[in-house]
Amino acid sequence: METTTVFLVLILLTVISFLTGRKRSHAVTSGQGGARALHSLPKHYGYMAGLWALLPALTVLVLWLLFESSILASIVKDDMPGELWQMSESEQGLYFNQVVGYARGATDADMLDPAQIVAGDHYRALAESSRVIKALLVFVIALLGALLAIRRIHPKLRARNHVEKIFKWLLFSCSLLAVLTTLGIVLSVLFEAIRFFQAIPIADFLFGLQWSPQTAIRADQVAASGSFGIVPLFVGTLLISTVAMIIAVPVGLMSAIYLSEYATRRFRAFTKPVLEILAGVPTVVYGFFAALTVAPFIRNVGEALGLHVASESALAAGLVMGIMIIPFVMSLSDDIINAVPDTMREASLGMGATMNETIRKVLLPAALPGIVGGILLAVSRAIGETMIVVMAAGLSARLTINPLEAVTTITVQIVTLLVGDQEFDNPKTLAAFALGLVLFFVTLLLNIIALYVVRKYREQYE
Amino acid sequence: MNNMSKPRSATPTDAIRASLKKRYARERRFQWYGRLAVLTGFVFLFILLADIVSKGTPAFTQHYIKVSVDLDPATLGLPAEPSREQLYSADYLGAIKAGLRAMFPDVSGRKEKQQLYRLLSMGAEYNLRDKVLDDPRLIGHSSEFWLRAHAEAGSYLKGQIPAGSPEADRKVKDLQIAWLDQLRAEGRTESRFNTTFFTQGDSREPEMAGIRVALYGSFFTLVVTFLIAFPIGVSAAVYLEEFAPRNRLTDLIEININNLAAVPSIVFGLLGLAVFINFFELPRSAPLVGGIVLSLMTLPTIIITSRAAIQAVSPSIRQAALGVGASKLQTVVHHVLPVAMPGILTGSIIGMAQALGESAPLLMIGMVAFIMEVPGGVTDPATVLPVQIFLWADSPERGFTEKTSAAIMVLMGFLILMNAFAIFLRRRFERK
Repeated sequence: METTTVFLVLILLTVISFLTGRKRSHAVTSGQGGARALHSLPKHYGYMAGLWALLPALTVLVLWLLFESSILASIVKDDMPGELWQMSESEQGLYFNQVVGYARGATDADMLDPAQIVAGDHYRALAESSRVIKALLVFVIALLGALLAIRRIHPKLRARNHVEKIFKWLLFSCSLLAVLTTLGIVLSVLFEAIRFFQAIPIADFLFGLQWSPQTAIRADQVAASGSFGIVPLFVGTLLISTVAMIIAVPVGLMSAIYLSEYATRRFRAFTKPVLEILAGVPTVVYGFFAALTVAPFIRNVGEALGLHVASESALAAGLVMGIMIIPFVMSLSDDIINAVPDTMREASLGMGATMNETIRKVLLPAALPGIVGGILLAVSRAIGETMIVVMAAGLSARLTINPLEAVTTITVQIVTLLVGDQEFDNPKTLAAFALGLVLFFVTLLLNIIALYVVRKYREQYE
Repeated sequence: MNNMSKPRSATPTDAIRASLKKRYARERRFQWYGRLAVLTGFVFLFILLADIVSKGTPAFTQHYIKVSVDLDPATLGLPAEPSREQLYSADYLGAIKAGLRAMFPDVSGRKEKQQLYRLLSMGAEYNLRDKVLDDPRLIGHSSEFWLRAHAEAGSYLKGQIPAGSPEADRKVKDLQIAWLDQLRAEGRTESRFNTTFFTQGDSREPEMAGIRVALYGSFFTLVVTFLIAFPIGVSAAVYLEEFAPRNRLTDLIEININNLAAVPSIVFGLLGLAVFINFFELPRSAPLVGGIVLSLMTLPTIIITSRAAIQAVSPSIRQAALGVGASKLQTVVHHVLPVAMPGILTGSIIGMAQALGESAPLLMIGMVAFIMEVPGGVTDPATVLPVQIFLWADSPERGFTEKTSAAIMVLMGFLILMNAFAIFLRRRFERK
């Protein structure tokens, strides 16, 4: 039975349980004055029965679906002859994919060797029985759950409290998902990164000045497994982020100051949303703009001035990234400047200071911690930004701080290492996860510091 | 008078008065810096939009060239009474080539002929085939057909090739330009609205590439994202606002949500790759996995905005409901959520808009494949609009630059619609 059908039947069972539960609540009180004798409304007894039918069965179904293919694969692999294990891990993957493809009818039998066909038939038989067992198991559990709940229905049963408790747990588990996601990120990235560090010493990774993962692609070159020094990537990332900040901070900050201190209400109401469009533009659009419009423009200007500019210069990527971050800096600074109490402004103006003196000598010093926090958040955005640099920055890792040259970044390398067909056995792909780990922790650290600074600052004036 | 003014100039008032001019000048300068900053933002936005629109607009038209083709059964390789299959696989290309040669009889030599054939798209034969399949009576007669022009030829007809540029710099050669000029003078070229762009999938030929597959992929992915992120996000927000006790666990959850909101999107892609594809072995390139990953990514946005909306519900509503004997959950479901719903929907739509424009995590889970077939469900391989833009942006042909910009215009159109709807919702319910 198809999964969709199983799911639909499960929903049907739930509805039937609901109706039965509600009916039963009437039945158990027939001699005692009807529904008034019940603790809860009849529909609550129905909900209870329905939830008992749905939730356990749904949990089983989801778990079954998640683990089905990996368990099937491991059973079939175990039953296959030993020759399979003499291949390299990537060939094994390919070989086994053919087996699965054959079992699903996607690959023709004449392309495969006999062992694969045997395994494929085995896989298909297993998948068939898995499908039957899955459907049966789900229905039996749903029926059992419903039966248990319906049997318990009694006028004194506090069905509403019961249902509400279940709902509260459901709500709680939904909010727990945030923690699970973080945990999932940390574990998945960490797990692969540890496998990477078994091949490449962690010190080489953190302090190496060379990044050229491509040489590791050949399996026979185990000794010369490429160099994985993250320093050039880090420098490249920081270079592009710095360019972005040089654009975004003055423009964003000055716009925020102007809009909150000088502009008329009408001008502000028009300007803010328009500038915030910049924040809503997808990053892939910025990437396209950077690669096809800004980079050639900068190159032409540079050549007219007699400078050598790479066609994928850090300047182009940084400039466009800066444009992207302007509204981010602007709205953060705006919040922070508005949080400075009016009494401070009025005191300064009352002493005869001009508006700009008030801003520079009173508002900005008071808002400085908050602004620094906002800038840190913006830096973390810039470091984690992917599409702009993938499309407009270079691929080769050069250790330079000249913004006219092409540099590469951490995110670019993650994408280039992982896009396309890949196996999970060589340092090349695992390196991407190590980079992801670094990226995650750097941005996390920046965010924690920034949030701490901003919160401390807010408390100061509350 | 002169005697009097001299000692006065030494008083502090005069010193201040003298410095005032400087201070006011500085004030004016400062204001101008502010205006300049706002203006810079505007200019950037304008350049960005103008660049995309000017590059993308030509992609919505497609040029056609009228060719007179002799559908002689002999040229087509057809028997006297052709079946439908035979009609389907007949040699239309040969007939078209013969037609072109007949129109320009003085073209000779392999290279020149090839240039001549390149005036028309590789898809022209399918154009012709479809027309013949619609009306098999065309066979055996010579008639005029409007056939799709090649992207490079179309680019010349759209006036995108500057006159006088050296021949080596462009794909349209001088000979082809002469032919095209002649065709245009004879009224044999025509510009039409490019429906192919919306009805076809990806293609190697720019003039045959379309965004239909990407649109379907985006749709399926967004549906999955919404089905997961909306209920879970709202539930989490309700729990944190209405039920959560003040304890360590709640704090941990809140810190996690705030941090997840700032995790780079590509890290979610790594999570999707490691957990859903490698561990659970869900299908690669599928909207299902894409939707799950994007829903994890948009959850923090939805939770944070939903919490703000729930917080904004007046406590008197809660107290009234509790006062007449509703339970906590009934209060929330029957009274708080309906009032907060516009705010929650606004936040969710903004979250969905974010997900629609996102591409980096989807690259990680393999949604970058070249896909020509419209996906039929959430487990079929698909690509999404932003990723299609990314793929086309990488193609060197000029025709693809145009298509990329046009796809961006479509994407931005959807984003503007979604955001406008969110603003409309907010405005409409704020007044109540």
